[in-house]
Amino acid sequence: MTKLTDLTIAAARDALAAKEFSATELTEAYIQAMEAGRDLNAYITETPDVALERARESDDRRARGGHIGSMDGMPIAMKDLFCTEGVLTTAGSHILDGFTPPYESTVSANLRSAGAVMLGKANLDEFAMGSANITSYYGPVKNPWSAKVGKDLVPGGSSGGSAAAVSGRLAMAATGTDTGGSIRQPASFCGIVGLKPTYGRCSRWGIVAFASSLDQAGPMTQTVRDAAIMLGAMAGHDPKDSTSAPVETPDFEAAITGNVKGLTIGIPKEYRMDGMDPEIQAIWDQGVEWLKAAGCNIKDVSLPTTKYALPTYYIVAPAEASANLARYDGVRYGLRVPGDSLDDMYMNTRGEGFGHEVQRRILIGTYALSSGYYDAYYIKAQKVRTLISNDFKAAFEDVDAILTPTAPSAAFGIGENQDDPVAMYLNDVFTVPTSLAGLPGISVPAGLNKDGLPLGLQLIGRGFDEGTILNVASVIEDAAGFQCKPGKEA
Amino acid sequence: MSYVIKGETGDWEVVIGLEVHCQVISNAKLFSGAATDFGAEPNTQVSLVDAAMPGMLPVINQECVKQAIKTGLGLKAEINTKSVFARKNYFYADLPQGYQISQFEEPIVGEGSIILDLPDGTSREVGIERLHLEQDAGKSLHDQDPKRTFIDLNRTGVALMEIVSKPDMRSPDDAGAYLRKLRSIVRYLETCDGNMDQGSMRCDVNVSVRPAGSDELRTRAETKNVNSVRFVMQAIEHEAARQVEVYENGGEVVQETRLFDAQTGTTRSMRSKEHAHDYRYFPDPDLLPLVFDQALVDDIKAGLPELPDERKDRYINDFGLSPYDAGVLVAEKDTAAYFEAVADGHDAKMAANWVINNIFAVLSDKGVGISECPVTAENLGKLLGLISDDTVSTKIAKEVFEIMIETGDDPEKIVEEKGLKQITDTGAIEAAVDEAIANGAAQVEQYKAGNEKVLGWFVGQVMKATQGKANPGQVNKLLKEKLGG
Amino acid sequence: MSLDKDTVKNIAYLARIRVDEAQLEPLAGELSSILDWIEQLQELDTDGVEPMASVAAMDLPQRKDVVTDGNCQTAVLKNAPDGEDGFYTVPKVVE
Repeated sequence: MTKLTDLTIAAARDALAAKEFSATELTEAYIQAMEAGRDLNAYITETPDVALERARESDDRRARGGHIGSMDGMPIAMKDLFCTEGVLTTAGSHILDGFTPPYESTVSANLRSAGAVMLGKANLDEFAMGSANITSYYGPVKNPWSAKVGKDLVPGGSSGGSAAAVSGRLAMAATGTDTGGSIRQPASFCGIVGLKPTYGRCSRWGIVAFASSLDQAGPMTQTVRDAAIMLGAMAGHDPKDSTSAPVETPDFEAAITGNVKGLTIGIPKEYRMDGMDPEIQAIWDQGVEWLKAAGCNIKDVSLPTTKYALPTYYIVAPAEASANLARYDGVRYGLRVPGDSLDDMYMNTRGEGFGHEVQRRILIGTYALSSGYYDAYYIKAQKVRTLISNDFKAAFEDVDAILTPTAPSAAFGIGENQDDPVAMYLNDVFTVPTSLAGLPGISVPAGLNKDGLPLGLQLIGRGFDEGTILNVASVIEDAAGFQCKPGKEA
Repeated sequence: MSYVIKGETGDWEVVIGLEVHCQVISNAKLFSGAATDFGAEPNTQVSLVDAAMPGMLPVINQECVKQAIKTGLGLKAEINTKSVFARKNYFYADLPQGYQISQFEEPIVGEGSIILDLPDGTSREVGIERLHLEQDAGKSLHDQDPKRTFIDLNRTGVALMEIVSKPDMRSPDDAGAYLRKLRSIVRYLETCDGNMDQGSMRCDVNVSVRPAGSDELRTRAETKNVNSVRFVMQAIEHEAARQVEVYENGGEVVQETRLFDAQTGTTRSMRSKEHAHDYRYFPDPDLLPLVFDQALVDDIKAGLPELPDERKDRYINDFGLSPYDAGVLVAEKDTAAYFEAVADGHDAKMAANWVINNIFAVLSDKGVGISECPVTAENLGKLLGLISDDTVSTKIAKEVFEIMIETGDDPEKIVEEKGLKQITDTGAIEAAVDEAIANGAAQVEQYKAGNEKVLGWFVGQVMKATQGKANPGQVNKLLKEKLGG
Repeated sequence: MSLDKDTVKNIAYLARIRVDEAQLEPLAGELSSILDWIEQLQELDTDGVEPMASVAAMDLPQRKDVVTDGNCQTAVLKNAPDGEDGFYTVPKVVE
């Protein structure tokens, strides 16, 4: 029999239904794996007791013949950006020291209602700001694929702990959040599937905010089908979030038919960047071939404002963050570093409590909003955002989905790319435009580079059309036959 | 009646603009479901949203939106069917989010106007610049502990309407009249209780001065949080005089925030607030533009109550009241309703006189509002009826009124029980007149000799004999007949 | 766009972040290099383009005026680093 920790959600769902094993057994297997895999530093807080209790509840439901949710008994990791009632929630920051929310985020509550079992809180870049999971106060996360190259690799970020946990089989699946690529880029680096839904698909209530107009929660899973199942459990309109879309949650799994015949897939020429890694180009070309073979029409499209997406993002996101992070002031929760006056206390607390990258972004955001610079930076960025959004609108007149690489490289070593912040920001060059336009994007593992490290391809869809990109992604997944797991030979 | 500050270099005039924060009457807060009641235990009317817990999000209360529209209509203002909420960023202990959700570039209400009723009976118009919705802050208590300030967030997030006037006022009286009128309007509309003592209406005063006759706008100083009409007027007087002195000594007025000291009636600079203010407003990404149909505005407009200005016009036109009396009566909605109940079926001018001269005196003696007045409108109306139909004289009516203040009784019952009914029976009056003439031989002589003043002595005798109940007109008439006048 | 030390100091104060004097210069350098890179946005002609604050294509939802929350003093205060008698406390503020 397959190891319990190698099962997908879809497979475990059938096996649990067939009573081949219990949710408790499945959870115990993951708790062991989680403990054995601590060198990855994928979790900030492990919650085995919570996990076992929920697993037992799941088994009870099944025994009683009660309602079985779509994620019933599935052990998952929760990115430590989701507030979880009674469980330490850190956002990877010193400033949230000891913070135990008296409330549960809507998405984690939805997952719990669907029967999911929380194994623990996954590591992340501090306040989700980063692309390598090296800015966490709780230390860097190691990519499970590190063994392939004999050096410690980053898992990507900011959902690096989630990606590493799924890839290293320390969780069956994990929640992530994506502001500019924080689900898709680590998914690509770790060889898993990561889906950023349409803005408004999943509630932001109870998720520590980074940039409110961009943040979206989404699933990180082993397979495309698992992503569809998990997204269905996470999504739904939430009246507590004014930006939550009042739309029905479709059956995403049903959208995965494997039939993509006649769909038109756009290839944006602006994503062919100067000096692009030939291996990335090759895997992209391969993706095109697979889709052609599956009966898709391939069409070149133009997204002319692409080049300006990253600098736009690095105004919009820090500006929003500078206000969103003002509440961490040492008064109501978290760290307080004493001071002689109120201002002293604020400055000491925020000076010690925030790490360097977070401080840098708060300062950039503060500057971009400040008197005399607001029009030149913030308003300018918002106008460019309109152009980027219009680019996609025009493209989607002609195509059903857009295929691009997920990231410009495979996972790099811990400690690399750290000196120049802008070089680090370039990791998100392919994912940020989608975020700015609020569109869904999925990263699916498509192959390995010459070092044996995974590379992902991204599919971008129309707003609220996650179904199409899930379906197309499943075709790539099948064609790629991506079976390799870290630690196994390719 | 312009207000002039006599300086050494000449006459100066003052330019005043007011920013008034009105707490909106609603059950729940602007962006959270916590209650808005005043005076609860600390931090009990606080939701996790108000305490700015991580990941908490605002959702707007539709009632607060309607209240703002209603107030805007009451100010004859333009209603913007699309408006935008922005974050105003600053750090303070009673501002948990580190920003206030307010409206900046696109407020819900645009330009309007307000008519001032001035003490001399004249009126003038002051422009309204805008009205916007925003969150109130919490409260800091500085005197609980020597080293610490205590923070209560109960008020945090209660909806405020900030109403900004144009710099159209030219005297402390203008400012006082503006505040009284604004309070009257919001109380008529039931959008704010207008209670300045409890802080549900608070005023920031912008003052600048300029040589009389000039139309320049000089640098203004803002005095924050002045909490009574009288203090606002004092603050303006002091601030105008201070600024004139600064200019006349060759100085420049600096744009700054000042505090009013109620003890001394003066303002002082809040230097602590002078450090680098930059609010960095930007559209709140947790909220989308607030958009509603014109139909909602029309609906609210159709349901507006009669407002003080219209009511005043009606009193002048229909009841023939003077503008001053009409203005006094309409200022408070409850008073106006009381007056109308008294006037119902009676002479409106007489009703107005009784309410203004007698009822107001009672209320001020007892320190109560019209709703607690011991004399009900119904009873006062009955008393007016007794005067009109000659059951009692005006003089007796005053006595009856005194009893009504004490007992709250029906005047008809009082007149009945105390036997105060006016004597109109000619026979009874004639008997008393005859008796007075019989007892006053000397006075009869004087009268006949042409001293008509002595008639008063006879009237006095008759009234004494009838305990004041004889109808004075009849007494006079009979006396003159019998004395051969 | 180059930021000087004083500007960084001022922004850091607006953001209430303590930055050591010795860190101001290197931080000014880092921030300036980010801003230089962002500067490329100025190449784009955006005249007449509406700024986009949100991608959500909907109007602001409104809730009913009903008290549904609050009355949870314990939950509100339980994570506070310092508090007394139902209040949060901060270093004394002098106005």
